[in-house]
This record gives sequence, structure tokens and C-alpha cells, in this order.
Amino acid sequence: MKRVLARHEAYVFLAIVLFSAIITAFNPSFLTLENLFDLLKGYAFLGILATGVLLVLISGGIDISFTAVATVAAYVMATTIVRHPDSTNIVIAFLLAGLTGVALGMVNAAIIYFFEIPSIITTIATLNIYYGILTVISGGKWLYALPPWFRAFADIKVFTLTNAEGIKYGLSVVTVIWLAVVVVAWVILRYTLLGRGIYAMGGNLASARRAGFNIFRLQMFVYSFMGLMAGIAGVIEVLLAQRMAPNSMVGKELDVIAAVVLGGASLTGGVGTLSGTLLGVALLAVMSNGLTLMRVPSFWYNVFIGLIIIISVSVSAYRRRARQKRMIAVEAA
Amino acid sequence: MYRKHADLIILALVLAAVFSLMWLLNGPHFFQADNFQSMAFQLPELGILSLAMMVTMLTGGINLSIIASANLTGIVVAMILTGLVTPDMSAAATGLIVLLAISAGLAVAALVGLLNGFLIARVEVSPILATLGTMILLNGLAIVLTRGYVISGFPPALLFIGNGLVLGIPMPMIIFLLCAGLMALILNRTPLGLSIYMIGSNPTACLFAGVDNARVLMRTYLISGLYAGVAALIMIARFNSAKADYGASYLLMTVLASVLGGTSAAGGFGKVSGLVLALAILQVVSSGLNLLQVSAFMTIAIWGAILILVMVVGHLSARFQEKKQLAA
Repeated sequence: MKRVLARHEAYVFLAIVLFSAIITAFNPSFLTLENLFDLLKGYAFLGILATGVLLVLISGGIDISFTAVATVAAYVMATTIVRHPDSTNIVIAFLLAGLTGVALGMVNAAIIYFFEIPSIITTIATLNIYYGILTVISGGKWLYALPPWFRAFADIKVFTLTNAEGIKYGLSVVTVIWLAVVVVAWVILRYTLLGRGIYAMGGNLASARRAGFNIFRLQMFVYSFMGLMAGIAGVIEVLLAQRMAPNSMVGKELDVIAAVVLGGASLTGGVGTLSGTLLGVALLAVMSNGLTLMRVPSFWYNVFIGLIIIISVSVSAYRRRARQKRMIAVEAA
Repeated sequence: MYRKHADLIILALVLAAVFSLMWLLNGPHFFQADNFQSMAFQLPELGILSLAMMVTMLTGGINLSIIASANLTGIVVAMILTGLVTPDMSAAATGLIVLLAISAGLAVAALVGLLNGFLIARVEVSPILATLGTMILLNGLAIVLTRGYVISGFPPALLFIGNGLVLGIPMPMIIFLLCAGLMALILNRTPLGLSIYMIGSNPTACLFAGVDNARVLMRTYLISGLYAGVAALIMIARFNSAKADYGASYLLMTVLASVLGGTSAAGGFGKVSGLVLALAILQVVSSGLNLLQVSAFMTIAIWGAILILVMVVGHLSARFQEKKQLAA
């Protein structure tokens, strides 16, 4: 029990349970499978991006540019399938967006590695470059004329159930993609040398290099993976909204980073788990959905999210200090 | 000489280069008084916000909440003005209310700064997380206060801050120069300034040198908050309105301008003069491209490219110096 409570995730989980109980007391429709499936669909975009951000944070870097990467990837995908609706399919759509994302991620990694420019600076600059050029090329125009197969894919449900009013609902294919992404990331982080390397690099770059890890390859991988996640998330965004809007994603960078940080990842690197990130996304989802279900006007939303973040980061800072004090006391004794 | 001011010399050369390029592309009307005047109206907003960002970066921190606190300040000022000023009021009474509104706004800005300072200095939350939280909270409060609507229509006394001319110099530029001068004074001529640089270089060493780190950080974020408040006054006066989501794109631009001006993201290094040069570069590029009718989005792409270019040149020249030293 003590070991469970020593983990940041336990507190986030308790917060989610607490909020869920309060929300259910106000509005029982919160605790239904239908609502859960809706949330799992609606938060796939945030969840997939958060998975990518987690890997970057563990590696000791940060990426701000991923919303611009997602926009560019989605735009490349959308223009291609709109122009060639008959010769493309959903696999090609994901491949196009994924590869675009990987390419832009590699550009970030190359700048960060070869010129030793801090990742936050590099990605702020590339965010502006990618987004600026895309907006000029696209003219900011929205694309609606997506092929019918694209719409059909968005409606696929893995299994369907019927609610009391006879309306069908089910687990969206979008959620399955999110889960698949999480499983892949989990296997990489937990069972591969690559994953060990990412943690090692974030914990101490010099030691990781001495231990024989190829830092260049690790960084290339981390930022490409972030790019791949951005590409997939970009397609998801277009799937869910059934339109490509060049201005719908940029500006959400810090929301995603907030979710990952709520989940306990450290911005100094080397620390962070997928379960924590999932809980962080879940906390944001429960909060926002709960406020809606409790009929709190939507303009209060950011006040609550802001307070939650401030409290969460304050508590973890306080616990870190308490731990340090204990360690000093032990050493002195 | 070169070694000591290498960064500033690179920036000055870049400024000369972009200026000549824009002059060449635009012809004589780039080099006219009204073009300079319009630049002097545009630069100060981003300039003062960048100063607010830069001072926190010098300590190795960052302040993501500057835009949100500027908007909240602007909204408080706007609400007081639109609530209390009536058209048939005497000039003196209006002036008094404008002063009251400005003081109330700056008090809010100071409170925000102290909240950030408290979280960072006393609770020891990392600056990026603390200010990410306050950014979202303040934005939320701004939305709650305005319900997401625009508040507009201010008395001329306030509008003068954003649109007035004194001896042909735009008022925002005068305020910016005062802010920059004051910041340079604080950083170079006061114990607080020295401590700010020391914390950024090495917080542990700074603490052991007898500096009260927490107090210095408190003041740093207080200054940052107040500067954001001053920027808010110019912003609402220029737009003649206040809203919860004005200037959202400025946030990353202030980091870009600070870093372009030689402020290190890790803290400890950076000068006001570098920042002023960086802002001038960005403004010349943006005005020049605007005259050429290039899209504003192309401009931000070029800003990003200039930042990477300057960082790359800085990195390569540092490596070159290192090699020369090794050889000698």
C-alpha cells in the first residue's frame, strides 16, 4: 500500500475516482458505457499526441511543433485523397500522414542534434516555419469534399450495443487506433533496448553516451515517433470532424503537454510512464465532460483545469521536497 | 572586442542585412518617415512582452502566463472604464477614472506576478509547469469575466497610450524605450540584476554566495507580471477593446525574440540590447514583407527560419573559436 501511494499515478487516479463520484451524483448519465465510449473517441486525438510527447519528455527534450506537424500531415493526406478519391484508401491516408510526420520530426531531430540548439527553441521555430508555410500554400482554405470511404471509416464500430432508448452506440475504430498506439509505445518503453536508451538519455545524456547508446539514433527515433503520432492524430482529427481545417490544431500544444505533465512526466527527462499519461488525459476528459454534464457554463472550464494543474504540480513539488528532506535526514543520521 | 560582443555584432549585421534587403526590394518608400513611424507603433507590444519573458529566462525559468495575464489586466482596465466613464463626464473626472483603472490593472498584473513567484520560489514548482497552470487559470478567469465577448469603447485619454504622438514619436515606442531602459538598469546596475544572472548560471552557487534565491525569483516574476500589465495597456489602447484571447500567437514569439536576442534558454545570459536588436530585425522583416504584400504567415515562417539560422551561426562560430583555442 505504501508503495502504491508513493506513486504520482495513485493520486491522479484518486482524483479521477473522486471527480467521477461527484459528477455521477449530479448526473447519472456520466457513468454509462455510452458516455465512456464517447470520451474514448473524442479524446483519441489528445491521447495519441500525448503518447508522442511522453517519449520526447522522457528523452529529456520537448516538442512544441507537433500541432503544426499534425496540420501539415493532415493537409498532405487530405489534398491527396480529395484529388484521387478512387485510387486511395484509408491505409494510404494513414501512410501519407504518418510519413509526412516522420519526415518533419526528423528535420527537428537533425537541427537539435547537429547544431545543439535546445529542443524547445528548435521546435518553437519549426512550429512557425511549418505552420506559416502550410497556411500560405493552403491559403487557409478548409477542405470538405472528402471521399465516401473516408466518412465510412470514421463510423466503423468494433462492437455495438443498444441503449434504453433504442439508439445504437459502440466502441469506435478511432479508440482502437489510440489503444494500438499506446500498446506499441508501452512495448518500446518497457521491453526494448531502444526504450532503455530513451530513459537513459533523459536521465543523464553523458552517462547514456558512455554506456554506449547511440544518441543520434535515439533522438532521431524519439522525434520521428512524435512526428508519426502527430501524423496519425492529424488523420484522426479530420476523421472525427470530416473536414480539414488548417487552423484547428495549432494552439493546442500546451493542452497536450499539460495532460502529460498531469500524468507525472518530468520536464527534466528520464521520468514518466504511459499509465500516468493515460490518467492525465483521463483526468482532463473527466473534468471537461463532468462540467458539461453538471451544466456548469463552459466558460468556467479553464478556471477548473488551471486550478487542477496548479494543485497537481504543487503537490508533486511538495512531495519531492519532503522526500529530499527525508534523504538528507537519513544521510545525516 | 569581437569575442566579448560576438552575439551583438552578429545581430547588428543581420539587422543591417535585412534592412538593406528590404530597402532594395521595396525601393525608396521603405526608407520614409511614415514607414518608420508605423514600425514604431507595431514593435512595442511584442517588445514589452518579450522583456517580460526575457527576465524570467535569465533566471533559467520561463513565463508562459504573460499573454494570459496581459489579457486579464486589459479586461480589468476595460471593465472599470466602460463601467464608470459616462460621455457627459468632465475631463478631470474621466482622467481620474483612467488613472484608477490603470492602477487597478497594474495591481492585478502584480498579483499575478506574485502568484507565479510564490509557486516557483516557495512551492518550488518548475517555472514552465507553474506558469502553464496560471496561464490556463488566468485565461479561464478572463473568459468568465467577459463571457468570451469583446469589451470596447474607451475614453481618449486611454487611447492616447496606444495611438498618441509626442514630438512625432509614437507613445507606445516611448513606453517601450522607458521599459527597456529600466530593465537594463535593473539588470546591470542593481544587486537584484546581478542575482538574476547568478541564479540563471548556477542556482546552488548563488545560494551559497549568500543570495536569497526565493526572494530574487519572487521579484523576477513580479517584474515580469508588471511588464505584461504595461503591455496590456498598449494592447487595449491600440485595439480600443479587450478580449480573453487577444495576442495568443505572441506567446511563442516572445521566446523567439528573446532567444534571437541572445538570451540563453538555460538562463544566465542575455542583454536588453540584444533583445532590442532582435525586435528590430523581426519588425523590419515583417514591415518589409508587408509592403511587398507577402502573407503574414510567410512572415512568421521567415521569423522561425531567422531564429534557426542565427542559432546555427552562433553554434558554428563558438565551435570555430574552440578549435582555434585548442590549436593555440
